Amino acid sequence: MAAVYKRELHGYFTSMIGYVVLAFMLFFPSVYFIFLNLYSGYPLFGYALSSISFIFMIVIPILTMRSLSEERRNKTDQLLFTSPVSLWKIIAGKYLSMVTVMGAVCLVLCTCPLIIRMFGGIYTLSDYVCILAFFLYGCASIAIGLFISSLTESQIIACVGTFGVLLILYLMPGMTEIIPDTAGASFLGFWLLILLVAYCFYQITKNWMAGVIGAAAGTVILTAAYLLNADAFAGAFPAFLNSLSLASRFDSFVYQVLDVPAVIYYISISVLFVFLTVQSVEKRRWS
Amino acid sequence: MIEVKNLTKRYGSHLAVDHLNFQVETGQIYGFLGPNGAGKTTTMNMMTGYLGATEGEVTINGHDILDEPEEARRQIGYLPELPPLYQEMTVEEYMRFAAELKQLPRGQRKQLMEEAMEIADIMDVKDRLIRNLSKGYKQRTGLAQAVLGFPEVIILDEPTVGLDPRQIIEIRDVIKGLGKKHTVILSSHILSEVSAVCDHIMIISHGRLVASDTPENLTRMMEGGNELLLTAKTGREQANRILEPLTELKSVEISPSEEASCVNIRLQTEKTVDIREKLFFTFAAAGVPLLTMKASDRTLEDIFIELTENDAKDEAGREPEGLDSAGTEQPEKEAE
Repeated sequence: MAAVYKRELHGYFTSMIGYVVLAFMLFFPSVYFIFLNLYSGYPLFGYALSSISFIFMIVIPILTMRSLSEERRNKTDQLLFTSPVSLWKIIAGKYLSMVTVMGAVCLVLCTCPLIIRMFGGIYTLSDYVCILAFFLYGCASIAIGLFISSLTESQIIACVGTFGVLLILYLMPGMTEIIPDTAGASFLGFWLLILLVAYCFYQITKNWMAGVIGAAAGTVILTAAYLLNADAFAGAFPAFLNSLSLASRFDSFVYQVLDVPAVIYYISISVLFVFLTVQSVEKRRWS
Repeated sequence: MIEVKNLTKRYGSHLAVDHLNFQVETGQIYGFLGPNGAGKTTTMNMMTGYLGATEGEVTINGHDILDEPEEARRQIGYLPELPPLYQEMTVEEYMRFAAELKQLPRGQRKQLMEEAMEIADIMDVKDRLIRNLSKGYKQRTGLAQAVLGFPEVIILDEPTVGLDPRQIIEIRDVIKGLGKKHTVILSSHILSEVSAVCDHIMIISHGRLVASDTPENLTRMMEGGNELLLTAKTGREQANRILEPLTELKSVEISPSEEASCVNIRLQTEKTVDIREKLFFTFAAAGVPLLTMKASDRTLEDIFIELTENDAKDEAGREPEGLDSAGTEQPEKEAE
């Protein structure tokens, strides 16, 4: 794992990608920091961070696009996957190297609260919590990008795909407003979601019985829940979609709340997508 | 020792590798031979654990490639068809990365790296970026990676592609040297290469093993008898009349020659019979000048073409010629 980690990190800084990412990720927060915190005098560094969280949509796809797609295109994955290192460790090495780039950015950002403190800031601790959340938000986005990179041989498709997914997650709160919030609409929404999950399950396992049984069981449970308490369904589906948004989870940190569920959510998304990446690479060996 | 049992790979409805069975003994050089698309690369990818098999199993020194992948892969050095090189690294950086990936003991890494680079003769380019190397040097860098740490089994997929003739001879010597201590499996669609270095040849066609033996045995097996090629200054009828009394001949084939008023004659006799003197005097007695007489050597090339062509005909349902030998099984044909 250490070998893959070292090579990836070395790769980022012998090509332009590492420097471009660092430059972007440091330039824009700095600009917002100067204007919001120093020039306008807002005491919370979180304002600057939440204003620039859109930057993940631009930078993370660039960081993650080549991680697996390029290996596949150049056939260098044959070296990795025939070496005595398990697939888990290879993927983890790649993921951690990107997390390290993200961590380097956050380390530099850690100086900002100290600068505010020099001018009499009193929210230093909550600012650091905010930087931590920013870091975890980035890690979750990286995991999504890594997964999408494992699906394709083309860096461009990986980049655009990751951008698209991150954009949808970013715009989710706005998009859910157009979904009707009646109980019936939510029931329908959840039901479609169950069918989608069952279909994905079928695609992965190639076992149509498992897919049908999963869909049927989900439908029965959903219907039972709906019959028992239909009122609880009102507005539940938009709220559920909202809770998936990575960006809106970040807001509570800006308002000085240590939002433990959000931390758990970011970590779960990271673990889930690294897991899915391993599965997607493993699956290709067998198809 | 490598054991391959019932190895099958199916891509949709296409059967790329069809129930392969063979064993590879330690300390020998094995050659996979087959036309393009015969399933050589797929077989090698499955043996190294890069691809999963649809059916069947591969064990490397008792370790199953799927159940104990790390132990099994530790014993394998693999050079795929396209050398897996990172373009933005120098040769030395790449070798160091490969050494770390193969988890070679830290203290010996430097020495093992140098030995591998010396074998592949790339010491003089070790500080250059791989992207700037010529194809031959890239291939050799891939070879250095495969032999790094001297794994027990070295698998090389078309190792001499892209090399110039001098380098090909060098690489063959390297492979022969490696074959003294290690098990080497190489694939090629070039016969002379396989017959020059391999102790054992496995001919693959349409994903099936059609023959497996030493180069000498394969040649002997295919020799039906002696074959002679003659050019005589005569017509077809007269040639027929002259040859008629010779009872030793198994078959006679007469065709017009490029030379004016001459015919080409192809004769076959039993293996033990030498008919050359008798032919000379027979033609001399008839007053017909013999312009050439030479024995035709059936080469491995002919065997290869015959076997792979036979196999193509088998697709139409014909029974194949029984060519199995020790350690291999001829799989049952499946109607396709």
